[in-house]
Amino acid sequence: MNYKFDFGPVIEGLPELLWGCAGTLGLALSGMVLALIIGIGGVLLRDSRLAPLRWLVIAFVEAIRNTPFLGQIYFVFFALPIVGIRLDPTLTAIIALGVNGGAYAIEIIRGGVQSINKGQVEAGLALGLSRTLIFRLIVLKPALRAIFPSLTSQFIMLTLTTSIASAISAYELTSVGQAIETNTFRSFEAYGVVTLLYLAMSWMLMQMFARINARFLLYPVK
Amino acid sequence: MDKNQFLFLLGGLKWTLALSALGSVAGLGVALARTSGRRWLERGAAAYIALFQGTPLLMQLFVVYYGLALAGLKLDPWVSVSIGFTLHAGAFLGEIWRGSIEAVPRGQVEAAKALSLNYIDRMKDVVLPQAIRISLPATIGFLVQLIKGTSLAAIIGFTELMRAGTIVSNQNFKPLLVLGLVCALYFALCWPLSLYGAWLERRLVTAAR
Repeated sequence: MNYKFDFGPVIEGLPELLWGCAGTLGLALSGMVLALIIGIGGVLLRDSRLAPLRWLVIAFVEAIRNTPFLGQIYFVFFALPIVGIRLDPTLTAIIALGVNGGAYAIEIIRGGVQSINKGQVEAGLALGLSRTLIFRLIVLKPALRAIFPSLTSQFIMLTLTTSIASAISAYELTSVGQAIETNTFRSFEAYGVVTLLYLAMSWMLMQMFARINARFLLYPVK
Repeated sequence: MDKNQFLFLLGGLKWTLALSALGSVAGLGVALARTSGRRWLERGAAAYIALFQGTPLLMQLFVVYYGLALAGLKLDPWVSVSIGFTLHAGAFLGEIWRGSIEAVPRGQVEAAKALSLNYIDRMKDVVLPQAIRISLPATIGFLVQLIKGTSLAAIIGFTELMRAGTIVSNQNFKPLLVLGLVCALYFALCWPLSLYGAWLERRLVTAAR
């Protein structure tokens, strides 16, 4: 192997790469907020009395979870202009990420709501607790505690999924890496460093979520 | 869309299936390394899993694709893409199967040791058959992820279903029809698997009660 590694151009592009990281985190965060809104709305609709609404939510979840994200983002990118909505790649990516994450969020949140024992709520009522206290202490906190691990790993997955948004050239880490690669032909070096940056980001997010979990959600059960 | 274009899509589908079929061997190796009880093996496997679970599949494909070329290997895109997918699947399946191997009750391993079975017999005849049953729902869930993930091979220029779809839609200017069809084909592959996985999961829960 007589290849000379040259990380020079990649190191020169480091400030740009860090902006790319910010872009990635921004996409992931906005996607996750949208996903949570879709997730909560979806759970409410899924429990509604109108059967067609319930079927609609189930169909949405199954359709999104069984098709690739690349297809979904292409779909948003090519379908919305036909109905006359023209969005820039960043907004397209956020919508696609939110819709994709939303389908998973519906399933996760529903699992959390179902994990609350009915007897617990009844016990709260019997103790004469107010509705808000019952919701806060008996429903919300244990449910949040049950879904927090899956929700955070879903968020990290979403952060990694943002890399696919480079396919419609939204501004994020992968597209910055691709730009450096195109200008300098240092493919392996550029993508190697970008991979390490992704690793650092997901590690940092994992640590952050573990802290939040330990600080706010863990308490002795017995 | 004419008949030839549809057949071209189906040709892409063939590669999607072939790509998804790879990767299990690596996963089993990683799971066994992770539960081997040898510290350096366990550490190595854990680092490998952390690296591949903490980075996007797209980047892994890029790095393998360009890395192999650097090493002077002139490979078909098909071969380098499969190596990338095998490494990716190895990390995820390794972690899933590690969990299932550890979920097999300890007494089983101890009983096998008491019968003086060696490591290979212990794994082959006692632990793995039970672990595979436990791991089935999660394995199928990951398989769905993997099938969806093969669409990313399109970005590095490998003509599987998704790229076949973009090529056709660039020819006939009907992106909605073609992309809709491509997504429907992926759905047709993944949905039965998802249903089967959910069914297995329900059965496993009732069996454990």
